[in-house]
Amino acid sequence: MTLLEATQVRHLFGGLCAVADFNLDLQAGQLMGIIGPNGAGKTTIFNLITGVYQATEGSIRFKGTELVGLTPHQITALRIGRTFQNIRLFRDLSALDNVRIAHYAQADYSPLEALLHIGRYRREEQRIIDNSRRLLAIFKLEHLAGEMAKNLPYGLQRRLEIARALAIDPELLLLDEPAAGMNPNEIDQLMEFIQWIRTEFKLTILLIEHQMKLVMGICERIKVLDFGETLAEGPPLAIQNDPKVLEAYLGQESVG
Amino acid sequence: MSAVLKDAWNGLLDQAWLVPALLLIGFGLAFAIPEYNLLNKYIQLVLMYIGINIILTVSLNLVNGYMGEFSLAHAGFMAVGAYTAALLTMKVLPVAAYPVLFPLAVLAGGIVAAIMGLIVAVPSFKIRGDYLAIITLAFLMIVKSAIENIDYIGGPRGIPGIKRLTTLPWVFFWTVATVWMIRNFVYSKYGRGVLAIREDEIASDLMSVNTKRVKFLAFMLSSFCAGIAGALFAHLLQFISPRVFDIIKTTDVLIMVYLGGIASIGGSILGATAYTALMEVLRPSTMAALFNWLPDLIFDPLNQYIIQNLGVWRMVIMPLLLVLVMLYWPRGMMGQREFRGFIPRRDRDAYRRINAPVNAPGEKP
Repeated sequence: MTLLEATQVRHLFGGLCAVADFNLDLQAGQLMGIIGPNGAGKTTIFNLITGVYQATEGSIRFKGTELVGLTPHQITALRIGRTFQNIRLFRDLSALDNVRIAHYAQADYSPLEALLHIGRYRREEQRIIDNSRRLLAIFKLEHLAGEMAKNLPYGLQRRLEIARALAIDPELLLLDEPAAGMNPNEIDQLMEFIQWIRTEFKLTILLIEHQMKLVMGICERIKVLDFGETLAEGPPLAIQNDPKVLEAYLGQESVG
Repeated sequence: MSAVLKDAWNGLLDQAWLVPALLLIGFGLAFAIPEYNLLNKYIQLVLMYIGINIILTVSLNLVNGYMGEFSLAHAGFMAVGAYTAALLTMKVLPVAAYPVLFPLAVLAGGIVAAIMGLIVAVPSFKIRGDYLAIITLAFLMIVKSAIENIDYIGGPRGIPGIKRLTTLPWVFFWTVATVWMIRNFVYSKYGRGVLAIREDEIASDLMSVNTKRVKFLAFMLSSFCAGIAGALFAHLLQFISPRVFDIIKTTDVLIMVYLGGIASIGGSILGATAYTALMEVLRPSTMAALFNWLPDLIFDPLNQYIIQNLGVWRMVIMPLLLVLVMLYWPRGMMGQREFRGFIPRRDRDAYRRINAPVNAPGEKP
């Protein structure tokens, strides 16, 4: 089943074409990677999917629902979670509150119930707290629940960001350079970890990454972008030997 | 404080009966004080101003502290509430029904102010920071000049002869009700949305927070409470004019917010109380009485040049205090902290440590 489908997506920043003729067919349960040099339009694609930018042309469908035209919170509420290239936690709030905030769309109570702390408020708040604590526990962060996000070490901030994205209860998880700033040993752990959350939370994952080790190691399909255009798409082995990809990454001379 | 004492203190604060008991005592006192003249009339008046200022401060803190915007429109919402309620009690409601219908007039003041709050919420969708501050300042000026130009409500002369319907029990009731609602709002998904917007608006939208809705609600609740405070204020001062609700009134509330500390309800209550009391102490009559014991050689010039001019000095001291607090004491009395008793039990318990069995792979990134 196709979970996320993009057809002929095009995005312009002024006169600059950031993404051109982008097509994507992401099957449910798949783990797909997007690679490409800096400025290739990878993060722009995440921003188009999640509604931060509105595509200039084309259509993006998630389980048949058109995403172009929806606001980010509407798209997120359809159960698409994401992390950011530069960690964007709520820095001055506790780790627990970071995760709790992401339950906004699921919390089923009205402003009046919130104002008077009556009705569904009590049940829903307890459920959110329980689920947030469960997520923190899974990510081995529960002893830091009361710590401000900005005080956590870098590695734990990355973990907390994934925990927060999972609080959305996503079917599709978008990871933007999850291995940025990690050493080879940490990358090995991250690969194991991504595989684990994928089965545990029954996720479809789309990730952007520069670390070839991670991309080639865990992705089932890889898409290569350069200057907003799709260079190649296929399984890791085919991508590794694609002359166009080698050219984009290594330069023209080394190919010949 | 020793550990044992601290445990005992926290244990006491955890008692579910504590807050209702304190409120009951407060209510009892609010009724008894004017009834039996337990405190002199002047102190009673100050207490009522403290209550009104608490409402104003806590509600402005919702926007300026929790949400991190810088709104200057608060006096404008107060004016809307004051005029609405005053017109209702003077021109619409029958005199005989005053005691019964006064709360309805106050409520109406709050509701009309909340509708005005919507108007300020809309530009906040697009802009933040300095620009929103300028827009809210413009809103305040528009409200003021609109009132000045409507002859039916007295124009620049204002409305004199408003009935004094604000009593200590009513002030107590409205203060508790509004503070309770704002506290409840803060400890809900909307309140967490407000905090998330302060931290990173785009990220909060991407974490499913409906930021427009949250802003609407926060601005409406904030201006609703300002309207309530305005209505109470009008029926205490018995005279309102556009001049009462100018930028100086907003500055007053700003000082109370930053003195008490941003994003803290307890801080706002402390800040409003301390500042109101300070301003009363700084009145010429109080100060003259306070420094009377000094030898005449010192007292006479002090009295002549400073104390008798405190009304003017106030305009110097007040903004200076705001500057000093923001420069050297940005956290205020209890910025970003809260009295334990104000935090819902559920939220406090959420941070207790748990050791749930986890079957994730051993070491994770």
